[in-house]
Amino acid sequence: MSVIDLDEPGKELLLMGNEAIARGALEAGVKVCTAYPGTPSTDIIENLAAVAKSRGLYVEWSINEKVALEVAAAASFSGMRAICAMKQNGLNVAADFLNVLNLLGVKGGLVLVTCDDPSAHSSNNEQDARYYARMADLPLLEPATFQEAKEMTRWAFSLSEETGSVCLLRGVTRTSHARGNVILGPLPPVDRKKARFDKSRPWRSQPVGQKHSQLHESLARLEEVFSASPYNEYLGPKRPEVLIVTCGTGWLYSQEAVELLGLEGSVGILKVGTTWPLPARLVVENLQRADKVLFIEEVEPFLEGNVKELAADYSMEIGPKVFFGKRSRHIPACGEMDTDRVIEALGKILKVPYRARDSRYEEKAQQVAKEMLPNRSLGFCPGCPHRASYWSIKNALQLDNREGFATYDIGCYALARGPAGYHLLKTGGVMGTGTGLASGFGKFASFGFDQPVVAMCGDSTFFHAAMPALANASYNKSNIVMIVLDNSATAMTGFQPHPGVGRNALGEEMTPIDIEAVCRAFGAKVEVTDPFDLGGTRKKVLQALEDPQGVRVIIMRRKCQMLKGKEEKPPFKVRIDPQKCLGEDCGCDRLCTRVFKCPGLIWDGKAGKSRVDEVICVGCGVCADICPEGAILKEEKA
Amino acid sequence: MSSSKKESYNLIITGVGGQGNVLSSQLVGQAFVRKGYFVTIGETYGASQRGGSVMSHIRISSRKQLSPLIPKGKADVVVALEPVEGLRVLTAYGNSETIAIANTRPIYPVDVTAGQEKYPEMEEIEKALARLSRRVYTIPATEKAMQMGSPILGNMIMIGALLELDLLPLSAGEFQETLAKNFDERKLSINLRALEEGKRCVHPAPTG
Repeated sequence: MSVIDLDEPGKELLLMGNEAIARGALEAGVKVCTAYPGTPSTDIIENLAAVAKSRGLYVEWSINEKVALEVAAAASFSGMRAICAMKQNGLNVAADFLNVLNLLGVKGGLVLVTCDDPSAHSSNNEQDARYYARMADLPLLEPATFQEAKEMTRWAFSLSEETGSVCLLRGVTRTSHARGNVILGPLPPVDRKKARFDKSRPWRSQPVGQKHSQLHESLARLEEVFSASPYNEYLGPKRPEVLIVTCGTGWLYSQEAVELLGLEGSVGILKVGTTWPLPARLVVENLQRADKVLFIEEVEPFLEGNVKELAADYSMEIGPKVFFGKRSRHIPACGEMDTDRVIEALGKILKVPYRARDSRYEEKAQQVAKEMLPNRSLGFCPGCPHRASYWSIKNALQLDNREGFATYDIGCYALARGPAGYHLLKTGGVMGTGTGLASGFGKFASFGFDQPVVAMCGDSTFFHAAMPALANASYNKSNIVMIVLDNSATAMTGFQPHPGVGRNALGEEMTPIDIEAVCRAFGAKVEVTDPFDLGGTRKKVLQALEDPQGVRVIIMRRKCQMLKGKEEKPPFKVRIDPQKCLGEDCGCDRLCTRVFKCPGLIWDGKAGKSRVDEVICVGCGVCADICPEGAILKEEKA
Repeated sequence: MSSSKKESYNLIITGVGGQGNVLSSQLVGQAFVRKGYFVTIGETYGASQRGGSVMSHIRISSRKQLSPLIPKGKADVVVALEPVEGLRVLTAYGNSETIAIANTRPIYPVDVTAGQEKYPEMEEIEKALARLSRRVYTIPATEKAMQMGSPILGNMIMIGALLELDLLPLSAGEFQETLAKNFDERKLSINLRALEEGKRCVHPAPTG
């Protein structure tokens, strides 16, 4: 269900930033919407998919971000407005095309949304994707509020058409994945105009020099447009002591910090919504207000660097300035921004004391934090097939006894780099990279390398980026075991379908692409197993490890429990027989609670025995097979 | 706390992934937007279905759109769907005026079941919650929810208690209207029952 197609202009709703972006696209008359899922960007296309039928859209979960951008560009070339969304890492994948697409130009407005993840809440890096705008000479917008997320998206389409450029819009976790008030605008009537590729125009990057210089001319013109943009706004006294220059989330954090410190009379805030190209005239005018300038932004000092560059260009006009920010270490170099960080920086610059709460409370709070808060590690869900898969892989690698190890990509299964998956995953963390690295490790026998390598890959990742790596490994006769954990969904981001599933973003039935057949076509030996068959799975892994030649693929196939749990009742009632459980005396080292670590199994310290937490257990029954005493009982439910 | 005077409120709903934290925050937020307030919700997620701590910052203002994160020490009310998570939130966001409402049913971290970490006794948790708040209300929400048929109803029981305590300018009736907009008939009726159950679990302290 989505509320983004509500045809009630003027109505105020609580929307997620990503929903606001999707609504903005609808209000702009978007026709084609593409993405590969990635937190915190996924909800944009998910919401557009939900209204695709009623709004006459084509919405696609593409195989990866580069293809997503290519499909969106094809729409633009055919005169349709298109939006393409991705997380920060995704833009690396799409960047190859983006850095030529800038020269090809666009026809229908093309908006590329990147959602960055400061503090890497749900990412393997903390990358600032804004540099791509500067690298590719493309306009960049950064919404500061939920309403702006919608308005700017709508504007981005016309901006794209006026400049003939892709327009980038940058969200971050706390705009995209947060919620706030949004007033709806009118939706255009569904337009059934015929799409057509304009053959008369050369859609080429050549002559490169000429196209490149046209881009720069376009950016220079944009500076003037941006100088007049309502998204750039100054708040504060005419001549503040400190000028904050900020964008995105920094706008609200800065306002709150100034209020909490009571500095409304001495600190002004300039919000820049159009962060590339920087509107020079507007920035210079505002720099003239104060001699001290503080930069508040998320991830890298992008705005900071760009403003300083302008300050150097206009130094005669604006005079000397003292700059504070990431470079001066008044703002931490990494991690997401919040009000407290702004307070701390302002406090240091203006020597204003601030205490969030009284010192007695602070003392008590710190004592409790130190003594009473158990860590809560992330783990696999109760009933997750990955736990069972890793259990068998761990046991097989132990039996093999040659210091074997696993490499990985991105997805739920990557949690196995920690205790949830027995610390099996040693390196990787990029789409397809587990298999790419393994392809290398598997070729080093001539250098004396003799450790077996297992490349872990998810089913969605397989299509995204692992296929080229598998082809590479197979063709070059690299000796690897590739394990595809096929749980029938892109689970980490919320169960989006992929080409192996047989359904598309619009919910239509499609012919699934058979992962097994693809692997065979690439020349790999393939086995399929149900990870809940612990003995059989371990045997297959061990056999693969022992076979010295070429690429062996094992597909461990079982549907994600989060999906399965919605479709079926729990198959078993699981309980522990307290007579059979020997507790610490067993000699099993509490295999169930200390090693296997399903959250449905808990340790009853008083009784000195394991117990099932009936609130958590999903009744999958797989743990019954790990207890050496047979104390875990699974009873089939009627 | 006098619920009619303040210009803004900072509410945190915390718990463990899968307890319905995000949905209940969204419903409370929607109810306030319907009343004409500015609402901002910042939520931790990603870990939301994988056993991690989950926390939603719900910021309600009659004046302006607030930022998505509550500044340290500035929570007015903390609703804890899991007791130790309530404590965790108070250590960072609580102050001596904060009101805490806590479910008493622990969800043990795997670090605890594995024997690497210690989960404090409920009695100790209650004492610590009291030390870090002006008043604490404890509710056996999960047990009551299970009696009603599903532990997931615990979140609605907790919201029922929150509304009964009149800590925020939102009546149970106004919240029910929002529920009706979001749920089909079957889900609505069970959630309304859970809300009523929660209201019966607490008795507002005399004002003053």
